[in-house]
Amino acid sequence: MTARIGVVTFPGSLDDRDTQRAIKLAGAEPVALWHKDKDLKQVDAVVLPGGFSYGDYLRAGAISRFSPVMATVIEQAKSGMPVLGICNGFQILTEAHLLPGGMLGNDHLHFICRDQKLKVENADTAWTVDYESGQEIHIPLKNMDGRYVADERTLDMLEAEGRVVFRYVVGGEFADGFGNPNGSLRDIAGITNEAGNVVGLMPHPEHAVEPLVGSGRTDGLPFFTSILKKLVNA
Amino acid sequence: MARVVVDVMLKPEILDPQGQAVQRALPRLGFEGISDVRQGKRFELEVDGPVDDTALARIHELAESFLANTVIEDFTVKVEEVAEAGK
Repeated sequence: MTARIGVVTFPGSLDDRDTQRAIKLAGAEPVALWHKDKDLKQVDAVVLPGGFSYGDYLRAGAISRFSPVMATVIEQAKSGMPVLGICNGFQILTEAHLLPGGMLGNDHLHFICRDQKLKVENADTAWTVDYESGQEIHIPLKNMDGRYVADERTLDMLEAEGRVVFRYVVGGEFADGFGNPNGSLRDIAGITNEAGNVVGLMPHPEHAVEPLVGSGRTDGLPFFTSILKKLVNA
Repeated sequence: MARVVVDVMLKPEILDPQGQAVQRALPRLGFEGISDVRQGKRFELEVDGPVDDTALARIHELAESFLANTVIEDFTVKVEEVAEAGK
């Protein structure tokens, strides 16, 4: 038996099918979950995919966070179930206060879509064990509201506890020439909760799992093999 | 019948690029002497029945949990009497 990984579809989700496909490619069983359904169908982990759930009205992720499925996701995440939020999923996780801080519009006020270089800072979470700490990866980034903000105390806490999982590579010898893509504080692209089971990031690993499409790289696949390894060994 | 207004603003320490874009446009339009603009949201809630302490407490809770994200935003709640026709 392989691991069963749920992917929630909200009204306005865009990347639920790509995420299911990435899970399948990694060797796990994708399970479609519906926003109106509190039942998680006994999955071992959940991915909240990208998109514009509920039109991002009010704030990105603000309405989805109160959907029936999220009540169960929040409860289970608090008792240790692995949850990954990608892009809109990350926004939902901050709105649900499963992750600290918040997401706001890109500082340049434009939509952004490009391959983004990231540095893996924490390879110990449920979703990143197949990476190495310090490794650089390229995965697509596409968003309007990608600016991660939190107060200084929270940022210091995240850094001190090693909870910054990914950072945009913006300077030094590995700079890609584009700079910080959205004004995220301290170049933060992804973070984790205290227990390491909940991870959220803006870029899209599910779009970088096959050499044929996208950037031609498969740098996103280890997200899905990481969680499989974690669940199968558990 | 009364209207309750909830104003939501980004916390002062958080960068507001929308407000900045508006501020930068002002000199072009001939408005001088405005050094900063911050843009927020205003919600007008039409309340059935009296706006008593209980109703206000519920609206406060609604604002705190939903209309504003208090991690990044501040909000105020105020009651506005609606002028009724014929009075």
